[in-house]
Amino acid sequence: MSVIPKAHPAQRGVEIPEATRLRLYQLQVEIRHCEKRAYDLFLQNLVKGTSHLALGHEAVAAGFAAAMNKDDYTFCTYRGHHHTLARGASMLSVLGELMGRQCGLMKGKGGSMHLTSVEHGVMGSYAIVGAHLPIAAGAAWSAQYRGTKQVSVAFFGDGATNIGAFHEALNLAAVWKLPVIFCCENNMYMEYTPIEQVTAVKHPAADRAASYGLERQVIDGNDADIVYSTAGAAIAKARSGGGPSLIECLTYRHSGHSRADPAKYRPKGELEEWLKRDPVALYRARLLAAGISEAKVAQIEAESMAKLEQATETAKASPTPAIETAMTDVWADGGNAWRN
Amino acid sequence: MAQLSYRDAVAAGIAQEMKRDERVVLFGEDTAAAGGVFKTTVGLFEEFGPKRVKDTPISELAILGAAMGAAMTGLRPIAEIMFSDFLACCWDYVANEIAKTRYMSDGQITLPLVIRTANGGGARFGAQHSQSVENWAMAIPGIKVVAPSTPADAKGLLAAAIRDPDPVVFFEHKSLLADKGEVPEGEYVEPLGKAKVLREGKDATIIALAAMVPRALKAAEALAAEHGISATVIDVRSLVPLDARTLLEHSARTGRVFTVEENPRLCGWGAEIASIIQEEVFSALKGPVVRITTPHVPLPASDRLEDAVMPSVARVATEVKRALDSKRAA
Repeated sequence: MSVIPKAHPAQRGVEIPEATRLRLYQLQVEIRHCEKRAYDLFLQNLVKGTSHLALGHEAVAAGFAAAMNKDDYTFCTYRGHHHTLARGASMLSVLGELMGRQCGLMKGKGGSMHLTSVEHGVMGSYAIVGAHLPIAAGAAWSAQYRGTKQVSVAFFGDGATNIGAFHEALNLAAVWKLPVIFCCENNMYMEYTPIEQVTAVKHPAADRAASYGLERQVIDGNDADIVYSTAGAAIAKARSGGGPSLIECLTYRHSGHSRADPAKYRPKGELEEWLKRDPVALYRARLLAAGISEAKVAQIEAESMAKLEQATETAKASPTPAIETAMTDVWADGGNAWRN
Repeated sequence: MAQLSYRDAVAAGIAQEMKRDERVVLFGEDTAAAGGVFKTTVGLFEEFGPKRVKDTPISELAILGAAMGAAMTGLRPIAEIMFSDFLACCWDYVANEIAKTRYMSDGQITLPLVIRTANGGGARFGAQHSQSVENWAMAIPGIKVVAPSTPADAKGLLAAAIRDPDPVVFFEHKSLLADKGEVPEGEYVEPLGKAKVLREGKDATIIALAAMVPRALKAAEALAAEHGISATVIDVRSLVPLDARTLLEHSARTGRVFTVEENPRLCGWGAEIASIIQEEVFSALKGPVVRITTPHVPLPASDRLEDAVMPSVARVATEVKRALDSKRAA
């Protein structure tokens, strides 16, 4: 906990309008509700396979999504439900995909680890650690080439900082001055192993920034205001031709790595300490302290829960995909033919 | 028609498509200012400029990742992986990312990109710079696999690959780069997925790819001249999509089928083709499909050793003759 830094210079004195703050809270609450529901649906065996919940990471997703334009690009990891929801994909389409239903974002063809919603700028969730960083750089290059002013954001875990693709992407992005932001969600564990045990530097992302001529940025990833402000500054820089940024958000996952992981490797009391800094609770308290009424906050929560209940029931009632779906869309013509 | 080398025909195909479509971009290691280590991209940097023709660091992951990100957001990238052996460095992008994303996204994402790479042996480069790896790519759903054997096809098939809406791995054969041939001038596109029948015979059907095509042709000429054996020779050209109909038709016509493959023995492309032929025209066959391949060893560097393991004109002719003789004897 002692590692949480004070606010980055980029956030000092930044005033966030009330409407944005309410939006930041709404996004965090919706993610929290939906992720908890995903867990419940596992227990009911309605979600099969694996899933990697982002409980505890809500502020990173909300802060970035609120700072991004509609046509900006998001690239996620297998832990990508929160970003997909934050960019605007519906709870129904996400839960439906987790449940392998026709109503899912990809009709059950991708599953939890590959959520994609191009209409919301979510250009895929990638389950090979680090693979999407160069892909995000490529999308940024395309935006630069086309002169669209779009920005590309790649979210990844601390574990991805030790894989080659991380370094290749950062170097290329710096050399080509690409409008891309690399956002590390450092939750202190690469799967089951503490990141500090397997990394040469204390801050796995930020302490590598200097290697690529980038500013070292470590921020409190559980504070949506700080994430929003830092993301906004990096996005503005990228949009104006200033090149890439690397931001390390310190956060903590409240659950294990995946469905299979009870997270017994965590020291006693660590989770409890971090729960005191639960991003959703923290933000709720901040809104109240800022004079926003309990009724307004409760209304956001109730609306989110109502949306969730409806999404859950609709997803449960949705049919499974037709078997023929398994044979479609290998190729751009919609089919799978490899011979005549 | 112009006389062009295979390497110049590659550049001509790229130039044709870059002129036609602003979305086409080209990049790789030493691809731009240096014109490529194999001189297959000479003049493109000068003609199209640094925005469209770019040098990259030695970062195969970044090259294919960037190609993929660019392709899904409106560009038509041509990425060069210097030697096909290096595809192993970035195989994640070929096998897991580029091949599967259209399917996993239920068609939301389309990836019109080309991965060009120098493939094959004969240059005495040893085991890490000489492999024929087209069969690796063929094994993955979602990737098209093309390997031209002539300068005309290098231009025409590459143009088609660039226009194709799906990802194509385009294998340029190192030992064919200096070969010259007639190449149509002006806009020239050869459709993917069509095998080419180069000569027709009645005794045997020889199916070959890339550098094995000229060897198969020479072997067929020798068989005709020395033994009165007349052989059909087919250039597969495109493994995915595969023109199975043409292969089946000509296999059934002669009843004796031979594949000539540069890849090592196990799971070479000819194994799949042999399987299709025996399943679908078995009753027309007069003997087993015979695969003539590099043995299952890494490629050695010494010219004497490399020549000994790669299928040669003499070996193709000998194996065809032996197979036909043994059938006659039986």
